[in-house]
Amino acid sequence: MKPRWENLAFATAAVFVALAFTSLVLVTAGASPFEAYWYMLKGSLGSWAKISDVLVAWVPLLLATAGLLITFAAGLWNIGVEGQIVLGGIFTTWVLRLLQDSTLSPAFILILAITAGALGGALWAALAGLLKVFGGVNEIFGGLGLDFVAVALTLWLIFGPWKRPGIGSMSGTEPFPPQLWLPTLPGSRLSLWSLLIGVVSIAIVYFLLSGTYFGLKLKAVGKNPRAAYLLGIPTTRYLMMAFVLSGLFAGLAGAVQVTAVYHRLIPAISSGYGWLGLMVSMLINFQPAWAAPVTFFFAALNIGSIQLPIVLKLDSSLSGVLQGALVLSFLLMGGVRQRWLKKHQQEASDE
Amino acid sequence: MEIELRHIHKYFGPVHANDDITLTIPSGSIQGLLGENGAGKSTLMKILSGYLRPDAGEIRINGSPIEMHSPADAIRFGIGMLHQDPMDFPPMRVLDNFMVGYPEGLLLPREEARQALLDLSAQFGFSLDPDAYVESLTVGERQQLEIVRLLWLGAQVLIFDEPTTGISAQQKEKLFAALHRLADEGKTIIFVTHKLEEVELLCDQVAVLRAGKLVGEARPPYDLDALVEMMFGKVVTKGARVSAPLGKPVLQIKNLAVESHRLRIEGVNLEVREGEVIGLAGMEGSGQRQLLRACAGLIRPVEGEIWVDGHNLTGKSYHDFMRHGVAYVPAARLEEGLVPNLTLLEHMILADEQRGLIIDRQAALQLTKERIETFNIRGRPHSPIESLSGGNQQRALLALLRPGLRLLLMEHPTRGLDMESAIWVWQTLKRRCREERTAIFFMSSDLEEILHYSDRILVFFSGQVSEPIPATETDIEHLGQLIGGRGFNTPEEATP
Repeated sequence: MKPRWENLAFATAAVFVALAFTSLVLVTAGASPFEAYWYMLKGSLGSWAKISDVLVAWVPLLLATAGLLITFAAGLWNIGVEGQIVLGGIFTTWVLRLLQDSTLSPAFILILAITAGALGGALWAALAGLLKVFGGVNEIFGGLGLDFVAVALTLWLIFGPWKRPGIGSMSGTEPFPPQLWLPTLPGSRLSLWSLLIGVVSIAIVYFLLSGTYFGLKLKAVGKNPRAAYLLGIPTTRYLMMAFVLSGLFAGLAGAVQVTAVYHRLIPAISSGYGWLGLMVSMLINFQPAWAAPVTFFFAALNIGSIQLPIVLKLDSSLSGVLQGALVLSFLLMGGVRQRWLKKHQQEASDE
Repeated sequence: MEIELRHIHKYFGPVHANDDITLTIPSGSIQGLLGENGAGKSTLMKILSGYLRPDAGEIRINGSPIEMHSPADAIRFGIGMLHQDPMDFPPMRVLDNFMVGYPEGLLLPREEARQALLDLSAQFGFSLDPDAYVESLTVGERQQLEIVRLLWLGAQVLIFDEPTTGISAQQKEKLFAALHRLADEGKTIIFVTHKLEEVELLCDQVAVLRAGKLVGEARPPYDLDALVEMMFGKVVTKGARVSAPLGKPVLQIKNLAVESHRLRIEGVNLEVREGEVIGLAGMEGSGQRQLLRACAGLIRPVEGEIWVDGHNLTGKSYHDFMRHGVAYVPAARLEEGLVPNLTLLEHMILADEQRGLIIDRQAALQLTKERIETFNIRGRPHSPIESLSGGNQQRALLALLRPGLRLLLMEHPTRGLDMESAIWVWQTLKRRCREERTAIFFMSSDLEEILHYSDRILVFFSGQVSEPIPATETDIEHLGQLIGGRGFNTPEEATP
C-alpha cells in the first residue's frame, strides 16, 4: 500500500539525517565517522559477551518504555518515570536488607523483593497521579519534582541509614550475598530471569493496549477525556490506573537493576533509562510493536560507545548524540510528512 | 464616518455566509443588525472589522473604497469591534490591557495612558481601576474597558456584537447611555443583536439578516411582527406531525435552579413522560444547554431535584444517570461526542456493552458494519472518526446510542444535516419514542424543527424559562416573539 511506502521513505530519511548530523559532530571532533560507527558496532554486537551486555542494558530500558507506553496511551507525560525506577530500586533493596539474614529460601526472598520494587514504583507513580487528578498539578511538574525527591532519598539512604560499615560512599550500599543475586548465565552478567521479566512485560503491554477494553478506554481517555466521559468511561480512575501500571513496570526496572545488575543500591540506580525510555517512546510514535527492537538498538548504542574512549579517544556520550539526533530527526520528519500530506490532499481536492 | 458595504460575499466551504449584502450606515447613528444564530451577522461584522476578508465586494468609508488585511488595519481606518466574548488578557492589569495594541514606539507612555484611561472612563461614568487585574472584572466592566481602549486608539466606528449577553441591568443602562452619547458625538455605532426589545429601545434603524442575505431594513416605529417574520422567514411545513402515545413519567424536574458563570435559571418544574418529546427553544446561550446538562448530571443544580424513573438522582454523576438509561448527545461532535484518532469501529466497541476483558474484534466489526448500513454512514469501520464529514459524524453519534434508553438528551440533533437526513434522523428518534418508550428532551436553534417534532416546548430567554407550551397551540411567529423576549417582561411569573 502507498502510505506504507511513504512511512518507510520518511523513516529512512530520518535515519539518514541523524547519521549525517552525528557524522558532522565526529568530523568536527577530528574523528573518522566510519571508524567510530564500526567500533560501536563491534563493541555491541561483535561477540557473544558484548551481545549479552547489550541484553543486560536492554531489559531495564524495555521495562521503562513498556510502562511509559501505558501513560502515553492515556495522554500523560510520565516524566516521573526516573523516580519510579529509583523507588523500585529502593524498595527492592529494603526488602532484601530486611530478609537477607532470615531463614527464608533465597528464591522466595527475591520474589518478594522484586514484587516490592514493582509496588514502590507504582506508589511513586500514584503520587504523581494523585497530584494531577486531585491537586491539579500537571504530571510533568509533579513527576519532575518527585524525580528529585527520589534521588535525594537514595543519597540519604546510602550515606545514612544504609551506609556501608565504616563510612558511606558513592559506590553504594554493601553488596548482597551472591545467593540473593538473580542467577546469571555462566560466564556472563546476563540473567535469563530478568530477560523473561522484560519480554513478558512488553508482551503484556502490547496485548493490553491492542486487544483489551482497558487499553481502548485508556486511549479514548488520552485522546479526548470529555468524550470518553460521555461514553461512560470513568476518566479519573483510568488516569490513576495508567499511572499505577506505568510505575509498576518502572519499579520492575529498578528491581532488576538491584537484583540482576548491581546487587546493591547505588546513587545512579536508574542509569537514566527513564529518560531514554521517553526518547524511545517518542521515536516509535508510541507504538508498542516497535518498543522491543528500538530499545535493543538504543541499548546497543550505549554498550557500543563504551569502546570509544579506549580506542578512539572519543567520549562515550557519542551514543547520546546519536540517540538524540535520531529522535529529533524522526520528529522532524513526522512534521515534514504532515505538511507534505496536507499539501498533497489539498492538491487532490483542488482537482 | 459613513460606512458603505457593497455586494459583500463570503463563503465558508459550501456555506454562503454572506450573500450579496449591501448596506449603508450613516454617521452619528445607531444601526441595528438583527438576525438569528447563523444568519451571518458576526461574519459581516468580522469583515468590516478586518478579521475576515470578503470573497467579493467592497467597503467604503465616506465614499472611498478601503482595503483591510487585519484588525490593526481596521483600527487605523477608525473601525473597532467589541466581540461577544471580550478579547482581552485576564491575567494582565487593566492599564496593560488598555495599552495593548498601542501602535508605535518602543517605550510605552504609561502615565499618559493612565490619564487617558481615567479621563475617558470619567466621561462615560465608568469606574475602571487601572491597577486591577482584568480577571477580577465583570463582563460589563471588561466591555467598558474595551470601549475606552478602542476610543483611545481613535475608533470612529464601533461595532458591538451581542453586548448585552451576560451583563447586569445597571451595566446595560450605562452601556446604552454611552452608546447614545457616542452617536451624539458623531460616531457610527453598529449594534448586533437578536433581541427585539433592544432594537426598539436603541436603534435609529435596523437591518435584518437571514441565511446570509439582507432581507429587509426598518426604521422606528418598528413593526415587531414584521421583524419576526423577516428574521425567521415564512413557515414551511414538513407533512403531518406524529406523536407517540405518552406513558408514565420518566423525568421529573422539581423547582430546579442551575447556575453558570453568565446566567442563572431557576424555578423550573417539568414532568416528561415516556414517549414524549420536549423541545427547548431560544437563542443560543439563553440557558437551554444548562438545563439539558443538569438533567444528565453534567452540571450540579444549585437548588431543586431531578428524578428519573422514580429515583432521586439530584447531585449524582452522569455515569449514575447513564445507569438509569439516560444518554446525552452533545453538539460539539469532535470536542465532546467523539474521540479524534479513534476509528468508527473503536467507537462502536466503546459505546457497546463490555463483554469480558478482551475485545472480540470479529463481533465488533460485524456490529459496526450493521450500524454503518442502518445509519447510512459514509465511512468504513477503520476510518478515523475525524475523517468523516460533519453529517456522517452526526450519524455516527446517533449510531452509538444504545437501544432501550429511557431518556435521551440532545443538543442540536440535526445540526449540519441536509433536510432529507434530518427527516430520517427524526424518524429513527420517533421510532425510539414509539417502540422503546424513550423520552426525548432536545434543544435546537431551528424553530421549525422544534415546532414540528416536539409535543411540548419550553422557551428560554436570558435564563428565564417559559411554562411548557403544547406544540399544537403555538406557531413560529409566537415562538419567535417569545425568543426575542416579548412576554418575558415580568420575571416573577417564572417562579410561582
